[in-house]
Amino acid sequence: MWKKHAKFERHSLWLIIGIVIVVSIGGLIEISPLFYLESTVEKVKGVRPYTPLELAGRDVYVREGCYVCHSQMIRPLRDEVERYGHYSLAAESMYDHPFQWGSKRTGPDLARVGGKYSDAWHRDHMTDPRSVVPESVMPPYAFLSRKDLDVRDIQDKLRAMQRVGVPYTKDEVAYAADDLAAQADPFDARGSALKRRYGDKVSQRDFDGDPDRLTEMDALIAYLQMLGTLVDFRTYRAEAPENLR
Amino acid sequence: MTQAIVQRDDRAPFDAILLYVFTGAAAFVALLAAAFTQDPLFRFHSLVALAALVVGLVVLTVAITDGRLRSDPTRYADGVVRAGVIATMFWAVVAMAAGVLIAAQISWPQVFYFPEVGWLNFGRLRPLHTSGVIFAFGGNALIATSFWVVQRTCKARLAGGVAPWFVFWGYQLFIVLAATGYLAGITQSKEYAEPEWYVDLWLTVVWVAYLLVFLGTIWKRREPHIYVANWFYLAFIVTIALLHLVNNAAVPVGLLNHRSYSAYAGVQDALVQWWYGHNAVGFFLTAGFLGMMYYFVPKRAERPVYSYRLSIVHFWSLIFIYIWAGPHHLHYTALPQWAQTLGATFSIMLWMPSWGGMINGLMTLSGAWDKLRTDAVIRMMVVALAFYGMATFEGPLMSLREVNSLSHYTDWTIGHVHSGALGWVGFISFGAVYCMVPWLWKKDRLYSNQLVEWHFWIATTGILLYIAAMWVSGIMEGLMWREYTPQGFLANSFVETVAAKHIENVIRTLGGLMYLSGAVIMSYNLWRTVRLPNAVETPLGLSAAPALAAAE
Repeated sequence: MWKKHAKFERHSLWLIIGIVIVVSIGGLIEISPLFYLESTVEKVKGVRPYTPLELAGRDVYVREGCYVCHSQMIRPLRDEVERYGHYSLAAESMYDHPFQWGSKRTGPDLARVGGKYSDAWHRDHMTDPRSVVPESVMPPYAFLSRKDLDVRDIQDKLRAMQRVGVPYTKDEVAYAADDLAAQADPFDARGSALKRRYGDKVSQRDFDGDPDRLTEMDALIAYLQMLGTLVDFRTYRAEAPENLR
Repeated sequence: MTQAIVQRDDRAPFDAILLYVFTGAAAFVALLAAAFTQDPLFRFHSLVALAALVVGLVVLTVAITDGRLRSDPTRYADGVVRAGVIATMFWAVVAMAAGVLIAAQISWPQVFYFPEVGWLNFGRLRPLHTSGVIFAFGGNALIATSFWVVQRTCKARLAGGVAPWFVFWGYQLFIVLAATGYLAGITQSKEYAEPEWYVDLWLTVVWVAYLLVFLGTIWKRREPHIYVANWFYLAFIVTIALLHLVNNAAVPVGLLNHRSYSAYAGVQDALVQWWYGHNAVGFFLTAGFLGMMYYFVPKRAERPVYSYRLSIVHFWSLIFIYIWAGPHHLHYTALPQWAQTLGATFSIMLWMPSWGGMINGLMTLSGAWDKLRTDAVIRMMVVALAFYGMATFEGPLMSLREVNSLSHYTDWTIGHVHSGALGWVGFISFGAVYCMVPWLWKKDRLYSNQLVEWHFWIATTGILLYIAAMWVSGIMEGLMWREYTPQGFLANSFVETVAAKHIENVIRTLGGLMYLSGAVIMSYNLWRTVRLPNAVETPLGLSAAPALAAAE
């Protein structure tokens, strides 16, 4: 038996073929079913693609590496459900390219941070975390309030999301820039079109407290304030057979 | 006859011309990208790439006109290995310094954060630290040692003429683009695969060249068998290519835009990422460094590898089982439970092949254990194997759902990673570099064995401080998160668990600083070694110095 191994030791091609086959099996068996097993992602009402402003805010979240310290995945453990809210569903991140589940909680989980704090709290907290939480070790993000949001490529961003499978409609792509501007201004008349496209629950307001400018802080707070708010857990039946996985 | 040879020598080698044209074309593309993009971050990166490629063109021009770059098939290509050793130590110090800085930020946030300097925030420096250690320090150590090992074990010069130099400098450009990208905020947020789409494409080109150089050298070998170290290096190169391509599949926002969106979403993306992430550990940080171990431990101990059969069994089982272990990063998440269970099962099984490698390495010292007393270099490699054994025992333990429900999201994971990274990866690389530097620069010894002792003890103490602090803080915060008052309320707010870790964070910073100091001492020692007078070759092939040393 040991002599047969000489084939791999003497022919690099056999060795490579052997390696490729051996390392492919696990991935194929574990990963590929997730793409066709229907039970992988629950069918849930309320989950929608991000609005352009939220998407821009999510890009700021990614850029600053927030996922390094904050998870967005509440596990079905008693203490987590009591601390953060209902455990996370697969459906809630079905439009997350890439996912933001994170792997470390240097700071708390953010999967359901939306609506827990006021916009002003978020702004103060990000400008100087220790002004509201003295023991915090979070970095300060004061510069976000001073940086205008770069909106030039927002339409391209929605289109790229469309290409990877997010069901943005033609209108949503075409009016991406309008929708983005409208969401950060409570008096913008285009807000009704935004709500028609993304639902009535979309919040339309000036997030960073500076009505004259559309900053990265606006976008980031808009994103944080919608996290975990899409599914209505008063009507979601976790124990229903179709939701058990 | 003589004339013909002279004429042949006057022409620049074809591979050098090809590299010249390729570099020129790449520089032109970078120039166009910088000129036409509207995206400031993309322009920044285009300019970084352009600067690097123009420097490359100038150096190539000088080298080609001077008639260097001709390879002498009768000698080993060691220049690129020397460059690799220098790069390894350089990036080690940079990446570990970044680690110490971010540890200090967590310990003293009022001191080490600068509100106006966003690019020095934890979120941007942490990928710099992780990628710096894994890909810059570890990657350079792997490329350098694999180039050394494959030549010696195949008795053949590296294939491809200047291609190894392209691999080396192309890889450094990848590192520079990744690192400057993190600082500027260019990331796709997939851990250990943060670089954006165009940097991924560049790495793919470099990696294919690396594979071809490595394979080409094996094809030229003058030994019937492919040595065991090369199986591991080959598995590392091939599998990393596969992981890199699948995990980084993404659609760019535009051809002149730095941002891209992953082809996968949510639960699928999570599993693809941790399939990648865990096998970056399995194949980059394990298989590659086992290749290193299989050459340098027997060489330094002057003993054969303990068991040939064990090496066969543990090679195939290691690479087969590792691939399955990824889902243990996703216990209790929205990933279907069957996948979590599979991941945990294979993680437990992984314990055996991991320890097979450790035993094969440790037992290689049979009959040479006395060297542990006198030779700090081999002691370093043996301690590396011990940490490898420890980390690969702790890993399966943490992959159990019950343990993971406590350890996940906490500092325990950070401690686990560092016992692997500082203990195993760092020490085995340091050992290999300590071995190679005198060989590469033709010296008969290191400048100072005493400094190696200092390095060993400072670094070992640093690791112990680090991982002990992380065990304490990780288990503590895990227990605090789930602690209830007698009335049935959660006992601690989140920030109380943050405040409770302060002392451990300070100890961690100190441990990291000690480990960094060790690397600085090593760099100094190596630099003085390089500046030693060359070993004098006597007609008998014995160098003069050992004759003196024999009087001990």
